[in-house]
Amino acid sequence: MAETLFDKLWRRHRIADAGDGADLVAIDRVLLHERTGGVALKSLAEAGRSVLDPRRVFCVMDHIVSFRAGRGRDEARSPGGEAFITETRRMAGEAGVDLIDTDDPRQGIVHVIAPELGLALPGLSLICPDSHTCSLGALGALAWGVGSSEAEHAMATGALRVAKPSQMRVRVDGRLGPGVTAKDLALHLIAAYGAAGGSGMAVEFAGTAIDALPLEGRLTLCNLAVEFAAFTALIAPDQTLIEGLRGKPFAPGESHWQAARTDWAELCTDPGAAFDREIQIEAGDVAPMVSWGTSPEHAVRVDGRAGEDAKALAYMGLAPGACLADLAIEGAFIGSCTNGRLSDLRAAAEVLRGRGRVAPGVRAVCVPGSKAVRAAAEAEGLDRIFTQAGFEWGEPGCAMCFYAGGETFPPGARVVSSTNRNFEGRQGPGVRTHLASPATVAASALAGRITDPRLIAAGARAA
Amino acid sequence: MTRAPFRQHEGVAAPLLIDNVDTDQIIPSREMKAVSRDGLADGLFAGWRYTAPGGREPRADFVLNRPEYAGASILLAGENFGCGSSREHAVWALAEFGVRVIIAEGFGDIFAKNCVRNGVLPIAASEDAVSGLASWVGPDPQTRLPHVDLKTQCVTYDQSAFAFEIDAYSKRLLLNGLDPIGLTLEQRPEIDAFLDADAERRPWLYAD
Ligand code: SF4
Repeated sequence: MAETLFDKLWRRHRIADAGDGADLVAIDRVLLHERTGGVALKSLAEAGRSVLDPRRVFCVMDHIVSFRAGRGRDEARSPGGEAFITETRRMAGEAGVDLIDTDDPRQGIVHVIAPELGLALPGLSLICPDSHTCSLGALGALAWGVGSSEAEHAMATGALRVAKPSQMRVRVDGRLGPGVTAKDLALHLIAAYGAAGGSGMAVEFAGTAIDALPLEGRLTLCNLAVEFAAFTALIAPDQTLIEGLRGKPFAPGESHWQAARTDWAELCTDPGAAFDREIQIEAGDVAPMVSWGTSPEHAVRVDGRAGEDAKALAYMGLAPGACLADLAIEGAFIGSCTNGRLSDLRAAAEVLRGRGRVAPGVRAVCVPGSKAVRAAAEAEGLDRIFTQAGFEWGEPGCAMCFYAGGETFPPGARVVSSTNRNFEGRQGPGVRTHLASPATVAASALAGRITDPRLIAAGARAA
Repeated sequence: MTRAPFRQHEGVAAPLLIDNVDTDQIIPSREMKAVSRDGLADGLFAGWRYTAPGGREPRADFVLNRPEYAGASILLAGENFGCGSSREHAVWALAEFGVRVIIAEGFGDIFAKNCVRNGVLPIAASEDAVSGLASWVGPDPQTRLPHVDLKTQCVTYDQSAFAFEIDAYSKRLLLNGLDPIGLTLEQRPEIDAFLDADAERRPWLYAD
């Protein structure tokens, strides 16, 4: 019978019937971070249980670590945050799992380093107590976010009890226009079908526009699946993607490479396989997007207008139907697991290069998603483009993607951000987040107001 | 960890009829102060419940601060409640505050699972059912207590009642206060057999 990619991944990991309509599903790797993973390790230890296979559990510091350049080993970005770093370090040491500590050259945001290190691979099942674990479906992995108790469960048993979710396919055909990115596509989808549009479903992205997306764009698109309320997202891996994984530290070594690659080539949806729901999007209809409200579904084309939701408008300080282009901003942030990879930094730097400094009164911050991204960006001289334009250049981590106490933009500040959540208070009390692509953030930072990056790209450079 | 079984519940119901209430609102990240499941109730809905960020002066108009909803143990909510961050702290905070049942038009997927793991019953109901219940409760929340029966999957109030769906696994966990890890460990032979076969198929995954 014709199977979807998701059916294949599920079948390969299904150990047994778990009763009550659920399956017992094998979990190949567990990823943890200090914000929610430390507590999972702790409660596992308190229950007197141990990690079944510590070689398949990885723990990284990313959420609470300081993003100040030259940060100390235990330095947190929020008051009291050090405890999360030191406690998690201790728990990870006791459990014997691979700890990627603050000063480890592999450090970065968990969803950014997982593909870099080959922790996420096609055909693997992965969980992490973090909702954006769905990003890793971009490699053709079965990856989803769970709570801390489920992470504990998977570490103790190597498996989880899960009911197989229903499935959706989102086909995107045609070509994304110049200056239009995977971020814009994701916001376009969520705005059109709602923040609950993919509720509980495994969402496969397919179509010619998806085929044309490099891995980093696919990661961005799948990252936002949870803002669509999906169980997870996934994309069939192609040959280019698979070859790009060769030699990564946690990918199959040379002696196993051919077998793995042959195996992974089967990871695609068979012709005629059935989905519970299908959505079709024309790539050419997508424009640079920006959010206006407090849910990712509150997003429109950058030349569009705010909607009607009174509570959201009040928080955002906007009138119903307000024009978004030309709204003055006080902050700009580039980074996060959504848009903190090298191609994101390149896209933003391309807008900034030779166009002077960010507008007066705008605090602009760029934090690469990982140390590897930071090093690669510095090797290309991107750091100088950012700093010369007036951006702060931070140490890798989640940084200003979410507020945990400590320093951030001031209350009421309007911030254009390459992150994934524009919830009330997400970036700080009263901070008004407008989600957008890195190019849109860069263009807006230069202009001091929300700006279509295509307008800037058409303009001349100063030097 | 086993917990008290959930069979039925009757209590004060508080309406928070907003869509897409995310877990950042339920427990702001700044309120997660220790590597712990405890001590979170104080930070529940902190951004809406208190007058200033980080402060503890109650905002009089927030539903859980209003005297008529004192002791609320049932929360009525809109669509996609608990969306966003996977933080289980949201449920730990709700449970510690005393919430046992959440009746919403829909839930964030991870949040609903986290509820069940922590003995909180998430009930998905239609918009009409939620608003009907809220308007019945409205005139006197302290005496108009909805009754929730998990076994019969039914919410009753006044002369009305509505049935709700819940998957069989969640129902069994809640009804019996079961520890899911314990359940899975009972299937250890099947897991071991799977792992042995898998180590043949993907030896690289099991290498040191
Ligand atoms: S960058 Fe933001 S969304 Fe991504 S894992 Fe970190 S806090 Fe979560």
